[in-house]
Amino acid sequence: MIRLQNLKKDYIVKGHKTPALRGIDLSIEKGEIFGIIGHSGAGKSTLIRCINLLERPTAGSVIVDGVDLTKLDEGKLQEQRRHIGMIFQHFNLLSSATVGENVAFPLKLAKRPKAEIDKKVKEMLALVGLEQHRDKYPAQLSGGQKQRVGIARALASDPKVLLCDEATSALDPQTTNSILALLLDINRKLGLTIVLITHEMHVIRSICDRVGVIDGGHIVEMGNVLDVFLKPQHPTTQEFVEQVADSSELRAAVAHEKASGERTILRVTFLGEQTYQPILFQTMQETGTVFSILQGTISRMKDTPYGQLVIELGGDAQQNRKAVDTLRQRGLEVEVI
Amino acid sequence: MGFTLKNIDWAEIWKGTQDTLTMLGFSTLFTVVIGLPLGILLFLTSRGQLLENRAFYSISSFVVNVLRSVPFIILMILLIPVTKMLVGTSLGVKGSIPPLVIGAAPFFARLVETSLREVDRGVIEAAQSMGASNWQIIRSVLLPESRSGLIAGITITTVSLVSYTAMSGVIGGGGLGDLAIRYGYQRFQTDVMVVTVCILLVLVQILQMVGDRLVIKFSRK
Ligand SMILES: Nc1ncnc2c1ncn2[C@@H]1O[C@H](COP(=O)(O)OP(=O)(O)OP(=O)(O)O)[C@@H](O)[C@H]1O
Ligand SMILES: [Mg+2]
Repeated sequence: MIRLQNLKKDYIVKGHKTPALRGIDLSIEKGEIFGIIGHSGAGKSTLIRCINLLERPTAGSVIVDGVDLTKLDEGKLQEQRRHIGMIFQHFNLLSSATVGENVAFPLKLAKRPKAEIDKKVKEMLALVGLEQHRDKYPAQLSGGQKQRVGIARALASDPKVLLCDEATSALDPQTTNSILALLLDINRKLGLTIVLITHEMHVIRSICDRVGVIDGGHIVEMGNVLDVFLKPQHPTTQEFVEQVADSSELRAAVAHEKASGERTILRVTFLGEQTYQPILFQTMQETGTVFSILQGTISRMKDTPYGQLVIELGGDAQQNRKAVDTLRQRGLEVEVI
Repeated sequence: MGFTLKNIDWAEIWKGTQDTLTMLGFSTLFTVVIGLPLGILLFLTSRGQLLENRAFYSISSFVVNVLRSVPFIILMILLIPVTKMLVGTSLGVKGSIPPLVIGAAPFFARLVETSLREVDRGVIEAAQSMGASNWQIIRSVLLPESRSGLIAGITITTVSLVSYTAMSGVIGGGGLGDLAIRYGYQRFQTDVMVVTVCILLVLVQILQMVGDRLVIKFSRK
């Protein structure tokens, strides 16, 4: 649905060329939720703004639904942008227009007939649950409600793609979750392709299918959220994963255990149904090993339950080895730390 | 000499008030008609905006500054030939409108530029992301979003125009200013001067009040 090829963007600041994107290659499939995560200044906003050419890339191509946007003239580009919705961190609603008028705005720009606009506005407000706020002004709404208006407005023109620039960064955790749930719901109901950028791993974990990690204008790691999450390779990715896994605690625990002699410490990862089965206990019983838990999480990534336990084995060397082999045979990810 | 209103020629006062209102009405109208597009252009061609154009901005900005820095009374005298060319005379109500407009339009244009600068950049970008053309952005984003600032600008401009119209009396511009000069200054009829000043004061009060009300009515922040 979206293909970025060797995308580069340099800003000229006081005559100096400062590169913000240094060659991004990215392919986003139809119907997926693709997350881009990175630290402040990594180039996230620049990247997402290049997808609808709010920022014109210095080099490379941006192909959305088969059309290379960089090759279009102004009029054609405006036409294509109608198929790409966007929501913003600070909502960017028209303060002089009511909720209803805001949602109607993209349709008015496209000069649709009045009856069609009214119908669509109703439909969109119902979708985001704001029917009774139609005649209010944005200043009279909460942050979460404003973002719902933003979403309704972005979806009013039936876009193929929705771009979200830090859409939940100005919201409290509870509101963030309700907006994320809404985005996921829309993605499923409408089959909409969603690209979102964030600096919070929590957002990625909650709704994304795939994730790209951006650092210094490069995509340094990319893959299914599950894989990236459980086996982060790049240091930046590892930092982000720590945000939600508090593995810094774990490292302290492991260091402590290691310091106190030769021991076998394992990180065992459960995925999907495994999470709720007594595999670990059975294995230990069969191999006659004992274990103690140093740290553990059981959580959910989008729809997949997963668990990660760090355990210390207490049997002799042979028993421990057997236990590790058996766990692996039963399909668990086992990493000896 | 006690102060009395007995010797005042009320018909003349009434005529002067009408003339002032006519001058004020037309000059405000033309000031907005010329100043609004000029202000929009100034804004759009300034740095980082939709039609960024350094040459155009610098030149028009310079012209605006020049016109604003010349004292109105001098501008009026300098403009006499231009006024004659435009409306055929430099005297009376008709002759005072061109200098009033040329004096006030640059001032108003700056106020417009400033109000437009207050419009949230993000909202303009949101409109762009929805495929709005520049014209649509001006009409459906910039103007409505800066509505209360623009109304405040018109109010300030109109109030300034009230004092400009009074000044135009000096070169035979007609209206209350003309009365004040002819009676109050040249014939020492203080009573006429006081009455005209009172009328101007009431006029300014009304204008400011109406303007403030409208600003509040249209403010959505
Ligand atoms: N308009 C601009 N002019 C000059 N430099 C810019 C501009 N916009 C961004 N940059 C620079 O480009 C780099 C990437 O910026 P970008 O806004 O994409 O970062 P980001 O990942 O979105 O950060 P944040 O999380 O803080 O929003 C930064 O170094 C920034 O200073
Ligand atoms: Mg950003």
